[in-house]
Amino acid sequence: MAHIGVLALQGDYEKHARSLERAGAQVSEVRTAAELNAVEGLVIPGGESTTMLKLLDRESLFEPLREFGATKPIFGTCAGAILLATKVENPEQVSLGLVDIGVRRNAYGRQLDSRVVSIDADGFGALEAVFIRAPIIRTVGPGVTVLARYNGDPVLVEQGLHLVATFHPELSTDDRVHAYFVKKVTG
Amino acid sequence: MILNEEFRLKIGLAEMLKGGVIMDVTTPEQAAIAEKAGACAVMALERVPSDIRKDGGVARMSPVSMIRGIMAEVSIPVMAKARIGHYMEARVLEALEVDYIDESEVLTPADEDNHIDKRPFKVPFVCGAKNLGEALRRISEGAAMIRTKGEAGSGNIVEAVRHMRTIQREMKQLTVLSHDELYAEAKRHQAPIELIEYVAANGKLPVPNFSAGGVATPADAALMMAMGAETVFVGSGIFKSHDPARFAKAIVKATTYWKDPAKVMEACDEVGVSEPMRGLDTSKLPAEELMANRGW
Repeated sequence: MAHIGVLALQGDYEKHARSLERAGAQVSEVRTAAELNAVEGLVIPGGESTTMLKLLDRESLFEPLREFGATKPIFGTCAGAILLATKVENPEQVSLGLVDIGVRRNAYGRQLDSRVVSIDADGFGALEAVFIRAPIIRTVGPGVTVLARYNGDPVLVEQGLHLVATFHPELSTDDRVHAYFVKKVTG
Repeated sequence: MILNEEFRLKIGLAEMLKGGVIMDVTTPEQAAIAEKAGACAVMALERVPSDIRKDGGVARMSPVSMIRGIMAEVSIPVMAKARIGHYMEARVLEALEVDYIDESEVLTPADEDNHIDKRPFKVPFVCGAKNLGEALRRISEGAAMIRTKGEAGSGNIVEAVRHMRTIQREMKQLTVLSHDELYAEAKRHQAPIELIEYVAANGKLPVPNFSAGGVATPADAALMMAMGAETVFVGSGIFKSHDPARFAKAIVKATTYWKDPAKVMEACDEVGVSEPMRGLDTSKLPAEELMANRGW
Protein backbone atom coordinates (compact mmCIF):
# COMPACT_ATOMS: atom_id res chain seq x y z
CA MET A 1 0.00 0.00 0.00
CA ALA A 2 1.32 3.45 -0.93
CA HIS A 3 2.25 5.58 2.08
CA ILE A 4 1.35 9.16 1.18
CA GLY A 5 1.82 12.28 3.30
CA VAL A 6 -0.39 15.37 3.36
CA LEU A 7 1.37 18.63 4.21
CA ALA A 8 -0.63 19.70 7.27
CA LEU A 9 0.73 23.16 8.07
CA GLN A 10 -2.58 24.82 7.18
CA GLY A 11 -5.49 24.23 4.79
CA ASP A 12 -7.89 21.42 3.86
CA TYR A 13 -5.45 18.61 4.62
CA GLU A 14 -8.11 16.48 6.28
CA LYS A 15 -10.24 16.42 3.13
CA HIS A 16 -7.20 15.24 1.15
CA ALA A 17 -6.45 12.56 3.74
CA ARG A 18 -10.00 11.18 3.45
CA SER A 19 -9.84 11.20 -0.40
CA LEU A 20 -6.46 9.41 -0.39
CA GLU A 21 -7.73 6.79 2.06
CA ARG A 22 -10.75 6.14 -0.15
CA ALA A 23 -8.32 5.82 -3.10
CA GLY A 24 -6.48 3.07 -1.20
CA ALA A 25 -3.46 4.83 0.33
CA GLN A 26 -2.05 4.82 3.85
CA VAL A 27 -2.00 8.48 4.91
CA SER A 28 0.11 10.51 7.39
CA GLU A 29 0.02 14.20 8.22
CA VAL A 30 3.37 15.89 7.54
CA ARG A 31 4.56 18.88 9.58
CA THR A 32 8.29 18.15 9.97
CA ALA A 33 11.23 17.00 7.83
CA ALA A 34 11.29 13.66 9.69
CA GLU A 35 7.61 13.05 8.87
CA LEU A 36 8.30 14.01 5.24
CA ASN A 37 11.11 11.49 4.93
CA ALA A 38 8.81 8.67 6.10
CA VAL A 39 6.41 8.95 3.11
CA GLU A 40 6.64 7.94 -0.57
CA GLY A 41 4.54 10.76 -2.04
CA LEU A 42 3.12 14.07 -0.81
CA VAL A 43 -0.02 16.13 -1.29
CA ILE A 44 0.20 19.90 -0.81
CA PRO A 45 -3.41 20.91 -0.05
CA GLY A 46 -5.51 23.98 -0.66
CA GLY A 47 -5.32 26.77 1.88
CA GLU A 48 -3.46 30.04 2.07
CA SER A 49 -0.16 29.78 0.19
CA THR A 50 1.29 32.81 2.04
CA THR A 51 0.62 31.13 5.41
CA MET A 52 2.16 27.84 4.23
CA LEU A 53 5.23 29.63 2.81
CA LYS A 54 5.86 31.40 6.10
CA LEU A 55 5.67 28.17 8.08
CA LEU A 56 7.85 26.32 5.53
CA ASP A 57 10.45 29.05 5.89
CA ARG A 58 10.35 29.27 9.70
CA GLU A 59 10.44 25.51 10.16
CA SER A 60 13.23 25.10 7.56
CA LEU A 61 11.09 22.78 5.40
CA PHE A 62 11.67 24.50 2.07
CA GLU A 63 14.85 22.67 1.04
CA PRO A 64 13.70 19.25 2.36
CA LEU A 65 10.55 19.63 0.21
CA ARG A 66 12.60 20.53 -2.86
CA GLU A 67 14.85 17.52 -2.33
CA PHE A 68 11.81 15.28 -1.77
CA GLY A 69 10.32 16.51 -5.05
CA ALA A 70 13.50 15.65 -6.96
CA THR A 71 12.83 11.94 -6.53
CA LYS A 72 9.28 11.49 -5.22
CA PRO A 73 5.82 12.49 -6.52
CA ILE A 74 4.00 15.59 -5.25
CA PHE A 75 0.37 16.51 -5.97
CA GLY A 76 -0.51 20.17 -5.39
CA THR A 77 -4.05 21.59 -5.41
CA CYS A 78 -4.82 25.33 -5.48
CA ALA A 79 -2.36 26.73 -2.88
CA GLY A 80 -0.32 23.57 -3.53
CA ALA A 81 -0.23 24.44 -7.25
CA ILE A 82 1.09 27.88 -6.33
CA LEU A 83 3.84 26.35 -4.17
CA LEU A 84 4.91 23.90 -6.91
CA ALA A 85 5.09 26.50 -9.71
CA THR A 86 8.26 28.06 -11.14
CA LYS A 87 6.79 31.58 -11.22
CA VAL A 88 4.04 33.24 -9.10
CA GLU A 89 2.40 36.66 -9.54
CA ASN A 90 -0.30 38.78 -7.78
CA PRO A 91 1.72 39.20 -5.63
CA GLU A 92 5.07 37.73 -6.64
CA GLN A 93 6.26 35.14 -4.13
CA VAL A 94 8.83 32.40 -3.83
CA SER A 95 7.91 28.83 -4.76
CA LEU A 96 9.44 25.37 -5.01
CA GLY A 97 9.87 25.51 -8.81
CA LEU A 98 9.19 21.78 -9.25
CA VAL A 99 6.61 22.15 -12.05
CA ASP A 100 7.36 24.45 -15.01
CA ILE A 101 4.25 26.63 -14.84
CA GLY A 102 3.62 30.34 -14.24
CA VAL A 103 0.68 31.01 -11.91
CA ARG A 104 -1.41 34.07 -11.08
CA ARG A 105 -2.98 34.00 -7.58
CA ASN A 106 -6.67 34.72 -6.84
CA ALA A 107 -7.12 35.20 -10.56
CA TYR A 108 -10.85 34.42 -10.77
CA GLY A 109 -11.58 37.10 -8.18
CA ARG A 110 -12.81 36.94 -4.62
CA GLN A 111 -15.00 34.30 -2.96
CA LEU A 112 -18.12 35.45 -4.82
CA ASP A 113 -16.50 34.16 -8.00
CA SER A 114 -15.88 30.63 -6.71
CA ARG A 115 -17.77 27.93 -8.60
CA VAL A 116 -18.46 24.24 -9.26
CA VAL A 117 -18.17 23.25 -12.95
CA SER A 118 -17.80 20.13 -15.07
CA ILE A 119 -14.56 19.75 -17.04
CA ASP A 120 -13.38 17.18 -19.54
CA ALA A 121 -9.99 15.70 -18.58
CA ASP A 122 -7.70 13.48 -20.69
CA GLY A 123 -7.88 9.93 -19.37
CA PHE A 124 -10.69 10.78 -16.92
CA GLY A 125 -13.66 11.98 -18.98
CA ALA A 126 -16.06 14.33 -17.18
CA LEU A 127 -14.77 15.59 -13.79
CA GLU A 128 -16.41 17.86 -11.25
CA ALA A 129 -14.12 20.85 -10.58
CA VAL A 130 -14.61 22.99 -7.45
CA PHE A 131 -12.83 26.35 -7.79
CA ILE A 132 -12.31 28.48 -4.66
CA ARG A 133 -10.30 31.70 -4.96
CA ALA A 134 -8.38 29.71 -7.55
CA PRO A 135 -5.10 30.62 -9.24
CA ILE A 136 -4.79 30.59 -13.05
CA ILE A 137 -1.97 28.79 -14.82
CA ARG A 138 -0.73 31.48 -17.24
CA THR A 139 2.27 29.75 -18.80
CA VAL A 140 3.17 26.11 -19.31
CA GLY A 141 6.75 24.91 -20.02
CA PRO A 142 7.62 22.38 -22.77
CA GLY A 143 7.86 19.42 -20.35
CA VAL A 144 4.35 19.92 -18.98
CA THR A 145 1.31 17.95 -20.16
CA VAL A 146 -2.07 19.67 -19.89
CA LEU A 147 -4.72 17.10 -18.88
CA ALA A 148 -7.69 19.47 -18.59
CA ARG A 149 -8.67 23.07 -19.31
CA TYR A 150 -11.47 25.35 -18.13
CA ASN A 151 -12.30 28.44 -20.21
CA GLY A 152 -9.12 27.74 -22.19
CA ASP A 153 -6.79 27.85 -19.15
CA PRO A 154 -4.97 24.71 -17.97
CA VAL A 155 -6.46 23.46 -14.66
CA LEU A 156 -4.99 19.93 -14.38
CA VAL A 157 -1.38 19.43 -15.50
CA GLU A 158 1.37 16.89 -15.07
CA GLN A 159 5.15 17.04 -15.29
CA GLY A 160 7.18 13.90 -14.64
CA LEU A 161 6.45 12.77 -11.09
CA HIS A 162 4.24 15.71 -10.21
CA LEU A 163 0.56 16.53 -10.63
CA VAL A 164 -1.08 19.96 -10.28
CA ALA A 165 -4.76 20.98 -10.05
CA THR A 166 -5.98 24.55 -9.61
CA PHE A 167 -9.34 23.15 -8.46
CA HIS A 168 -10.16 20.96 -5.44
CA PRO A 169 -10.76 17.27 -6.24
CA GLU A 170 -10.69 16.66 -2.46
CA LEU A 171 -13.97 18.60 -2.10
CA SER A 172 -15.74 16.24 -4.52
CA THR A 173 -16.87 12.71 -3.74
CA ASP A 174 -15.20 11.57 -6.98
CA ASP A 175 -11.76 10.18 -6.00
CA ARG A 176 -10.39 9.43 -9.48
CA VAL A 177 -7.76 12.18 -9.46
CA HIS A 178 -6.49 10.98 -6.08
CA ALA A 179 -6.50 7.38 -7.36
CA TYR A 180 -4.42 8.55 -10.33
CA PHE A 181 -1.89 10.14 -7.95
CA VAL A 182 -1.78 7.03 -5.77
CA LYS A 183 -0.88 5.09 -8.94
CA LYS A 184 1.91 7.58 -9.69
CA VAL A 185 3.32 6.91 -6.22
CA THR A 186 3.15 3.12 -6.47
CA GLY A 187 4.72 3.38 -9.95
CA MET B 1 -30.59 18.95 4.10
CA ILE B 2 -29.11 22.17 2.82
CA LEU B 3 -25.89 20.63 1.49
CA ASN B 4 -26.50 21.78 -2.07
CA GLU B 5 -23.83 23.00 -4.49
CA GLU B 6 -23.81 26.58 -3.28
CA PHE B 7 -23.59 25.53 0.36
CA ARG B 8 -20.70 23.18 -0.48
CA LEU B 9 -18.81 26.10 -2.02
CA LYS B 10 -19.42 28.18 1.09
CA ILE B 11 -18.11 25.37 3.29
CA GLY B 12 -15.19 25.04 0.85
CA LEU B 13 -13.61 28.34 1.83
CA ALA B 14 -14.01 27.47 5.50
CA GLU B 15 -12.12 24.22 4.79
CA MET B 16 -9.24 26.30 3.33
CA LEU B 17 -8.93 28.19 6.62
CA LYS B 18 -8.43 25.06 8.73
CA GLY B 19 -5.38 24.74 10.93
CA GLY B 20 -4.88 28.49 10.71
CA VAL B 21 -5.37 31.66 12.72
CA ILE B 22 -7.87 34.41 11.83
CA MET B 23 -6.86 37.74 13.35
CA ASP B 24 -8.89 40.85 14.19
CA VAL B 25 -7.35 43.95 12.58
CA THR B 26 -8.48 47.59 12.61
CA THR B 27 -6.09 49.16 10.06
CA PRO B 28 -4.23 48.14 6.86
CA GLU B 29 -0.99 48.32 8.87
CA GLN B 30 -2.30 45.74 11.36
CA ALA B 31 -3.55 43.60 8.45
CA ALA B 32 -0.02 43.61 7.00
CA ILE B 33 1.42 42.53 10.37
CA ALA B 34 -1.17 39.71 10.57
CA GLU B 35 -0.47 38.48 7.04
CA LYS B 36 3.29 38.60 7.61
CA ALA B 37 2.86 36.59 10.82
CA GLY B 38 1.05 33.87 8.87
CA ALA B 39 -2.64 34.59 9.51
CA CYS B 40 -4.86 32.59 7.11
CA ALA B 41 -7.46 35.40 7.10
CA VAL B 42 -8.16 38.70 8.80
CA MET B 43 -11.33 40.09 10.39
CA ALA B 44 -11.67 43.78 9.54
CA LEU B 45 -13.34 45.74 12.33
CA GLU B 46 -13.33 49.26 13.66
CA ARG B 47 -12.46 48.45 17.28
CA VAL B 48 -11.23 45.19 18.78
CA PRO B 49 -13.73 43.61 21.22
CA SER B 50 -11.91 44.75 24.37
CA ASP B 51 -12.23 48.39 23.23
CA ILE B 52 -15.90 47.87 22.32
CA ARG B 53 -16.39 46.52 25.85
CA LYS B 54 -14.58 49.51 27.37
CA ASP B 55 -16.18 52.22 25.21
CA GLY B 56 -19.77 51.00 25.51
CA GLY B 57 -22.41 52.51 23.23
CA VAL B 58 -23.68 50.82 20.09
CA ALA B 59 -21.14 48.79 18.08
CA ARG B 60 -21.96 48.62 14.35
CA MET B 61 -20.57 47.39 11.04
CA SER B 62 -17.18 49.01 10.28
CA PRO B 63 -16.88 51.86 7.73
CA VAL B 64 -16.75 50.67 4.13
CA SER B 65 -13.60 52.68 3.40
CA MET B 66 -11.78 51.05 6.29
CA ILE B 67 -12.74 47.50 5.18
CA ARG B 68 -11.83 48.35 1.59
CA GLY B 69 -8.41 49.61 2.71
CA ILE B 70 -7.74 46.29 4.45
CA MET B 71 -8.95 44.30 1.41
CA ALA B 72 -6.52 46.25 -0.77
CA GLU B 73 -3.64 45.60 1.63
CA VAL B 74 -3.60 41.79 1.91
CA SER B 75 -3.91 38.78 -0.42
CA ILE B 76 -5.47 36.51 2.25
CA PRO B 77 -9.28 36.43 2.74
CA VAL B 78 -10.93 39.34 4.55
CA MET B 79 -13.95 38.89 6.82
CA ALA B 80 -16.14 41.62 8.29
CA LYS B 81 -18.84 41.72 10.97
CA ALA B 82 -22.54 42.52 10.69
CA ARG B 83 -24.86 42.96 13.68
CA ILE B 84 -27.08 40.00 14.61
CA GLY B 85 -30.22 40.26 12.46
CA HIS B 86 -28.98 43.30 10.48
CA TYR B 87 -29.36 41.83 7.01
CA MET B 88 -28.84 45.23 5.41
CA GLU B 89 -25.34 45.50 6.85
CA ALA B 90 -24.78 41.99 5.49
CA ARG B 91 -25.99 43.05 2.03
CA VAL B 92 -23.60 46.01 2.13
CA LEU B 93 -20.71 43.69 3.03
CA GLU B 94 -21.69 41.31 0.24
CA ALA B 95 -21.77 44.21 -2.23
CA LEU B 96 -18.28 45.13 -1.00
CA GLU B 97 -17.20 41.54 -1.85
CA VAL B 98 -15.75 40.62 1.53
CA ASP B 99 -14.84 36.92 1.60
CA TYR B 100 -16.87 36.04 4.72
CA ILE B 101 -19.43 37.76 6.93
CA ASP B 102 -19.42 37.21 10.69
CA GLU B 103 -22.90 37.74 12.13
CA SER B 104 -21.42 38.64 15.45
CA GLU B 105 -22.48 39.05 19.06
CA VAL B 106 -19.48 41.39 19.46
CA LEU B 107 -21.57 44.08 17.75
CA THR B 108 -24.81 45.33 19.31
CA PRO B 109 -27.69 43.11 18.08
CA ALA B 110 -30.11 44.77 15.65
CA ASP B 111 -32.92 42.21 15.98
CA GLU B 112 -33.83 40.64 19.32
CA ASP B 113 -35.71 37.72 17.76
CA ASN B 114 -34.32 36.91 14.33
CA HIS B 115 -30.86 36.16 13.06
CA ILE B 116 -30.07 36.91 9.42
CA ASP B 117 -31.56 34.47 6.89
CA LYS B 118 -28.17 33.55 5.46
CA ARG B 119 -29.29 31.14 2.75
CA PRO B 120 -30.10 33.72 0.02
CA PHE B 121 -26.59 35.23 0.26
CA LYS B 122 -23.78 34.13 -2.03
CA VAL B 123 -21.13 35.15 0.49
CA PRO B 124 -20.57 32.59 3.27
CA PHE B 125 -21.36 33.39 6.90
CA VAL B 126 -19.73 32.44 10.18
CA CYS B 127 -21.79 32.58 13.40
CA GLY B 128 -21.08 32.10 17.08
CA ALA B 129 -22.56 29.38 19.29
CA LYS B 130 -22.45 28.41 22.97
CA ASN B 131 -24.00 24.97 22.56
CA LEU B 132 -25.02 22.44 19.94
CA GLY B 133 -28.59 23.68 19.54
CA GLU B 134 -27.42 27.22 18.84
CA ALA B 135 -24.82 25.94 16.33
CA LEU B 136 -27.43 23.85 14.46
CA ARG B 137 -29.96 26.72 14.39
CA ARG B 138 -27.32 28.93 12.76
CA ILE B 139 -26.46 26.19 10.24
CA SER B 140 -30.14 25.78 9.41
CA GLU B 141 -30.22 29.52 8.66
CA GLY B 142 -27.29 28.98 6.27
CA ALA B 143 -24.11 29.56 8.31
CA ALA B 144 -21.19 27.74 6.60
CA MET B 145 -18.91 27.88 9.61
CA ILE B 146 -19.48 27.90 13.35
CA ARG B 147 -17.22 29.41 15.98
CA THR B 148 -17.67 28.84 19.66
CA LYS B 149 -18.43 32.24 21.14
CA GLY B 150 -16.18 32.32 24.17
CA GLU B 151 -16.24 35.80 25.69
CA ALA B 152 -14.83 38.29 23.21
CA GLY B 153 -12.45 40.93 24.53
CA SER B 154 -11.98 39.15 27.86
CA GLY B 155 -8.53 37.62 27.30
CA ASN B 156 -9.92 34.78 29.42
CA ILE B 157 -10.11 31.34 27.80
CA VAL B 158 -12.61 29.86 30.27
CA GLU B 159 -15.74 30.72 28.27
CA ALA B 160 -14.26 29.39 25.01
CA VAL B 161 -13.42 26.15 26.82
CA ARG B 162 -16.92 25.93 28.30
CA HIS B 163 -18.58 26.38 24.90
CA MET B 164 -16.25 23.96 23.09
CA ARG B 165 -16.64 21.33 25.83
CA THR B 166 -20.42 21.74 25.70
CA ILE B 167 -20.68 21.35 21.93
CA GLN B 168 -18.28 18.38 21.83
CA ARG B 169 -20.10 16.64 24.69
CA GLU B 170 -23.53 17.21 23.17
CA MET B 171 -22.32 15.84 19.83
CA LYS B 172 -20.80 12.73 21.44
CA GLN B 173 -24.03 12.06 23.33
CA LEU B 174 -26.04 12.04 20.09
CA THR B 175 -23.77 9.40 18.53
CA VAL B 176 -24.73 6.75 21.11
CA LEU B 177 -28.50 7.20 20.92
CA SER B 178 -30.82 5.09 18.80
CA HIS B 179 -32.74 6.78 16.00
CA ASP B 180 -36.08 6.81 17.81
CA GLU B 181 -34.50 8.93 20.56
CA LEU B 182 -33.34 11.66 18.17
CA TYR B 183 -36.73 13.38 17.83
CA ALA B 184 -36.76 14.23 21.52
CA GLU B 185 -33.16 15.46 21.14
CA ALA B 186 -34.28 17.75 18.31
CA LYS B 187 -36.90 19.12 20.70
CA ARG B 188 -34.38 19.46 23.54
CA HIS B 189 -31.76 21.21 21.39
CA GLN B 190 -34.42 23.19 19.51
CA ALA B 191 -32.78 22.24 16.24
CA PRO B 192 -33.97 20.63 12.97
CA ILE B 193 -34.15 16.82 13.08
CA GLU B 194 -32.12 16.52 9.83
CA LEU B 195 -29.16 18.27 11.45
CA ILE B 196 -29.53 16.26 14.66
CA GLU B 197 -29.46 13.09 12.50
CA TYR B 198 -26.33 14.33 10.71
CA VAL B 199 -24.48 14.90 13.99
CA ALA B 200 -25.66 11.54 15.38
CA ALA B 201 -24.31 9.76 12.29
CA ASN B 202 -21.04 11.70 11.91
CA GLY B 203 -20.16 12.88 15.41
CA LYS B 204 -19.39 16.33 14.06
CA LEU B 205 -21.04 19.42 12.62
CA PRO B 206 -21.71 19.46 8.86
CA VAL B 207 -19.59 22.66 8.70
CA PRO B 208 -16.14 23.47 10.15
CA ASN B 209 -16.10 24.29 13.86
CA PHE B 210 -13.70 27.03 14.91
CA SER B 211 -12.96 28.66 18.25
CA ALA B 212 -13.14 32.31 19.30
CA GLY B 213 -13.41 34.60 22.29
CA GLY B 214 -10.63 34.79 24.85
CA VAL B 215 -7.50 33.44 23.15
CA ALA B 216 -4.55 35.50 24.44
CA THR B 217 -1.48 33.22 24.36
CA PRO B 218 0.06 30.51 22.12
CA ALA B 219 -0.92 27.91 24.73
CA ASP B 220 -4.55 29.14 24.67
CA ALA B 221 -4.65 28.63 20.89
CA ALA B 222 -3.11 25.14 21.13
CA LEU B 223 -5.57 24.23 23.91
CA MET B 224 -8.56 25.09 21.73
CA MET B 225 -7.13 23.03 18.83
CA ALA B 226 -6.62 20.08 21.19
CA MET B 227 -10.25 20.38 22.30
CA GLY B 228 -11.48 20.02 18.74
CA ALA B 229 -11.36 23.50 17.22
CA GLU B 230 -10.34 23.37 13.56
CA THR B 231 -9.10 26.98 13.42
CA VAL B 232 -8.68 29.76 15.96
CA PHE B 233 -9.95 33.33 15.86
CA VAL B 234 -7.85 35.79 17.85
CA GLY B 235 -9.47 39.14 18.52
CA SER B 236 -8.00 41.49 21.06
CA GLY B 237 -5.32 38.92 21.98
CA ILE B 238 -2.86 40.10 19.33
CA PHE B 239 -3.15 43.86 19.02
CA LYS B 240 -3.82 44.37 22.74
CA SER B 241 -0.70 42.40 23.66
CA HIS B 242 2.53 44.28 24.29
CA ASP B 243 4.21 42.88 21.17
CA PRO B 244 1.61 42.14 18.45
CA ALA B 245 4.01 40.89 15.74
CA ARG B 246 5.60 38.33 18.08
CA PHE B 247 2.31 37.20 19.60
CA ALA B 248 0.79 36.81 16.12
CA LYS B 249 3.68 34.69 14.86
CA ALA B 250 3.85 32.56 18.01
CA ILE B 251 0.08 31.90 18.03
CA VAL B 252 0.27 30.76 14.37
CA LYS B 253 3.05 28.32 15.26
CA ALA B 254 1.23 26.95 18.31
CA THR B 255 -1.95 26.45 16.24
CA THR B 256 -0.17 24.45 13.50
CA TYR B 257 1.94 22.38 15.91
CA TRP B 258 -0.58 21.93 18.76
CA LYS B 259 0.03 18.17 18.82
CA ASP B 260 3.74 18.66 19.66
CA PRO B 261 4.30 20.11 23.17
CA ALA B 262 7.97 20.90 22.37
CA LYS B 263 6.86 23.13 19.47
CA VAL B 264 4.15 24.79 21.59
CA MET B 265 6.85 25.45 24.20
CA GLU B 266 9.01 27.07 21.48
CA ALA B 267 6.03 29.22 20.50
CA CYS B 268 5.48 30.27 24.14
CA ASP B 269 9.19 31.06 24.40
CA GLU B 270 9.10 33.21 21.25
CA VAL B 271 7.04 35.88 23.00
CA GLY B 272 9.75 36.09 25.66
CA VAL B 273 8.55 38.06 28.66
CA SER B 274 6.23 40.27 26.59
CA GLU B 275 2.90 40.52 28.32
CA PRO B 276 -0.29 39.18 26.76
CA MET B 277 -3.40 41.37 26.85
CA ARG B 278 -4.76 42.01 30.31
CA GLY B 279 -7.55 39.55 31.09
CA LEU B 280 -10.92 39.90 32.78
CA ASP B 281 -12.43 37.57 35.37
CA THR B 282 -15.58 36.74 33.40
CA SER B 283 -17.26 35.19 36.48
CA LYS B 284 -17.34 38.70 38.01
CA LEU B 285 -19.02 40.26 34.96
CA PRO B 286 -22.78 40.89 35.25
CA ALA B 287 -24.81 38.72 32.84
CA GLU B 288 -25.92 41.74 30.80
CA GLU B 289 -22.29 42.54 30.01
CA LEU B 290 -21.55 39.10 28.55
CA MET B 291 -21.46 39.31 24.75
CA ALA B 292 -21.93 35.52 24.51
CA ASN B 293 -25.53 35.90 25.77
CA ARG B 294 -26.50 37.89 22.68
CA GLY B 295 -28.38 35.83 20.08
CA TRP B 296 -30.25 32.58 20.83
